[in-house]
Amino acid sequence: MAADSSSQPQPPRRRIVELLLGGGLLASFGSFIYPVLRYLVPPPVAELGGDQVVAGKAEELKPNSAKIFRFGSRPGLLIRNTDGSYRALSATCTHLGCIVQYRSDLQEIWCACHNGLYDLNGRNVSGPPPRPLEVYDVHVRGDEVLVSLKRGA
Amino acid sequence: MFASVRAWIDERFDWAALTAPLREKSVPAHKLSYWYFLGGITLFLFGIQVCTGILLLLYYRPSANEAFESVQYIVTRVQFGWLVRSIHSWAANLMIFTAFCHMFSVLFLGAYRKPREVTWITGMLLLFLAMGFGFSGYLLPWNTLAFFATKVGTEITGQVPVVGHSMMVFLRGGEDVTGATLTRFFGFHVALLPGLTTLLLLAHIALVQYFGMSAPPRVEARWKAFPNEAREMKFFPNFFLRELMAWYIALGVLGALAAILPWELGAKADPFAPAPAGIRPEWYFMFMFQTLKKIPAKLLSVDGEVVGILVFGLAGLVWLLLPFFEQAAGKRGRRMIFGAGIFALSYIVAMTIYGYLAK
Amino acid sequence: MVTWLNNCYLRLLILSLAVGSAGFFSVVRAQTPSTCLDCHGALDPPLQVTPAQFAQDIHSQKGLTCASCHGGDPTKADLDAMSKAAGFRGKIERKQIPELCGHCHSDAAFMRKYNPSLRTDQLAQYKTSVHGKRLAQGDTKIAVCVDCHGVHDLRPANDLRSKVSPLNVALTCSRCHSDVKYMQGYGIPTDQFAKYSASVHHDAMTVRGDLSAPTCSTCHGNHGAAPPGTDSVKNVCATCHVFQAQMYDKSTHKAAFQSVGLPGCVVCHSNHDVSHPTDAKLGTGPEAVCMRCHKPGDVCDQARAQMLGALKNLDAAVKAADATLAAAESSGMEVGEVRTEQDQGHDSLTKARVTIHSFQTSLVEQDIQAGLKIATKTQAEGRAALAERDRRRRGLGLSLGIILVVLLGIRLYIRQIEGAPGKGNAAV
Repeated sequence: MAADSSSQPQPPRRRIVELLLGGGLLASFGSFIYPVLRYLVPPPVAELGGDQVVAGKAEELKPNSAKIFRFGSRPGLLIRNTDGSYRALSATCTHLGCIVQYRSDLQEIWCACHNGLYDLNGRNVSGPPPRPLEVYDVHVRGDEVLVSLKRGA
Repeated sequence: MFASVRAWIDERFDWAALTAPLREKSVPAHKLSYWYFLGGITLFLFGIQVCTGILLLLYYRPSANEAFESVQYIVTRVQFGWLVRSIHSWAANLMIFTAFCHMFSVLFLGAYRKPREVTWITGMLLLFLAMGFGFSGYLLPWNTLAFFATKVGTEITGQVPVVGHSMMVFLRGGEDVTGATLTRFFGFHVALLPGLTTLLLLAHIALVQYFGMSAPPRVEARWKAFPNEAREMKFFPNFFLRELMAWYIALGVLGALAAILPWELGAKADPFAPAPAGIRPEWYFMFMFQTLKKIPAKLLSVDGEVVGILVFGLAGLVWLLLPFFEQAAGKRGRRMIFGAGIFALSYIVAMTIYGYLAK
Repeated sequence: MVTWLNNCYLRLLILSLAVGSAGFFSVVRAQTPSTCLDCHGALDPPLQVTPAQFAQDIHSQKGLTCASCHGGDPTKADLDAMSKAAGFRGKIERKQIPELCGHCHSDAAFMRKYNPSLRTDQLAQYKTSVHGKRLAQGDTKIAVCVDCHGVHDLRPANDLRSKVSPLNVALTCSRCHSDVKYMQGYGIPTDQFAKYSASVHHDAMTVRGDLSAPTCSTCHGNHGAAPPGTDSVKNVCATCHVFQAQMYDKSTHKAAFQSVGLPGCVVCHSNHDVSHPTDAKLGTGPEAVCMRCHKPGDVCDQARAQMLGALKNLDAAVKAADATLAAAESSGMEVGEVRTEQDQGHDSLTKARVTIHSFQTSLVEQDIQAGLKIATKTQAEGRAALAERDRRRRGLGLSLGIILVVLLGIRLYIRQIEGAPGKGNAAV
């Protein structure tokens, strides 16, 4: 069998092999190019959400109220002060990790799980929490409220 | 259609003369010829690294605040981002593995001997550059393991006598591993190292073409005694087709690894958190790491770690200049080098396995 | 020459004696000169007070001496120090100890000189406590200041080695309260410490290291120690467990318990051996609390069963979502963001369990529904991740198929151009 295939040219067989090889190569190039082309198209969500997030719209919150927003993979608390300015802190209670809330009646931050209290600078003032809440930087840009990690973090 | 394109080229370039070396290139055909694949595969994997690396560059951000998130973005939001990233990480390891295999096969098959000494030197330098690529690239996702592995690795560099501290500060971009280190490593990884590698690669490949493929000493001797047993295989298309098969197998392996064992993302690095248990370098540094761990604290009143570093430095230098040692040793040279190769290979394999088992 | 040597040794001896005694005196001198410790340091207990021991004492560190409490003259040597003329009182009688400590500690102007932020109402509080009242009636077995605080090596409460540091309070109380022989005749149980040691509050302190966790003094008070009355024990729990207390206040149980004098939270959760509540409390087994009073089949039993069913439902849904996410993660899919949402799912279970204290099924249902919404969403996202994984594997299969075709094609092509299956032989 070994000697046969080279001494007797068999065009159909040759062509099959060439087709197989050519077609396979083409298909394989296609299977490489296709993902690359899809990759090059930017996804709809362009922001990473790591450094800075849009925590809300400028007029969304009334003075002396707050909302929870997503900061990367952590929850954050955006508070609008009575004078209209904003502040933002981590919303994870330093005691056992519950999500804190803003108490407009006390103008302090409260954790419902075990009655821990923080002042508006994040300092733990009463109850079980052992450490203050992390404070973030807030900027208002146009009609968006941007929250980012404190400079020098 | 190909004929008219060919004609167009022929009217301008002496295509036949340009491609003659390639058409005439042949490879000694013997039982050990398959080892010749390793150089080509390493080059192929490097090419994959360049392509996937450029793709990653389109979305990656080299700052401490955004690096991790950008890799997370690539892996979760970009279409086929997971594929590009996992291929890049896996091919990096595969490339270093084949580079080591290539180096050892060249050693055992005696392809470093005269007149190919400079080829060996360029090859060794390329191996060091590859490990540099691995070390700098590992930090770029800015996850916990990478951060602490870099900390430990650069710390060890700082132990080199006299110049160690300056080297460490140079590598880290400061006294500690910070965002500055990340930016610096990024610069090394995408600009400095590729630039150097391209130059050395061109030299290495040109030298290989210039000297042709060597045959192992025994085969050479046999063919000298019995010239009619000498076999050559044309590079194009015969050897290359076989090599192409190896390349496609490598592609299949990479694809399978990316889909079934995707590269981990981990957790974002927190410089203030304590180091997690089980930090270790990537496997290609493991044998050195494990050696340094096992050296006693003091050896003849010199700090054990410094001794270890100096020994490895010396070993690297010796390895770089291996062909010259063989010439200096005369008749027994080849056997000595072969023995040294066996020792080095066994040591590396044993210490790597030990490093992983000893967790 | 011998004389010279002798002289040398003699000089050495004198030198070391001088240095030694200077050292000795300087150690003693650092604490304010007190000859009392010279003798009492060498005596056996109960008269023993060593300089090393007294050096740890906060009073000693602030410059007080033995004479500050015991009177006498610390500058005189031997028994002259214990002169009645100099006001020596000897061992203070137990019933006089609170007044003695209070002499300074209730004097705000005096305490301001040392630590302005220290409270000065301890003696007043003590007089309202069970301990203080019984002492006034003449019971000398009862606890006085030194029993809890220690006496000659007294440390402030924020020192973790102190007998009254939060970590050690329960142990200090148990020295009397767990001693069956000592507590004979008082008519109260002696198993509180044993029960507390098995509780989740004790766990929080010792295992989790949460120093804010409740210990004996948190609920009973320290200087004004007394058991909270049955109508006020709920208020004690409410200082931390606010929501549960608020809901209980609005519920039917409050009036019901009050009318028969039952102590609120303690009825279901007990006081000292507060264990981590499980859903079994709502069940019908040995841990069930509802069925201790309610009859099977009545309205409340039905409500109980409904709440339990809803909770089990949510628990199962959350667990299922957890499992799916774990499967997705272990096969390499990135589910970090989904996990954050899933955390809220876990929180909803906690919230629902708190709402049980309103004893209204409608309110519990609200929380359950919110939780189910989250769990359904995360479960779907987990499944999507798994589906994506399967898609990738199918894509991989396809590419591998194509690669195999190429490999086969190359193989055949090589055979074609070279003839015989190669041993590496080239076509010329």
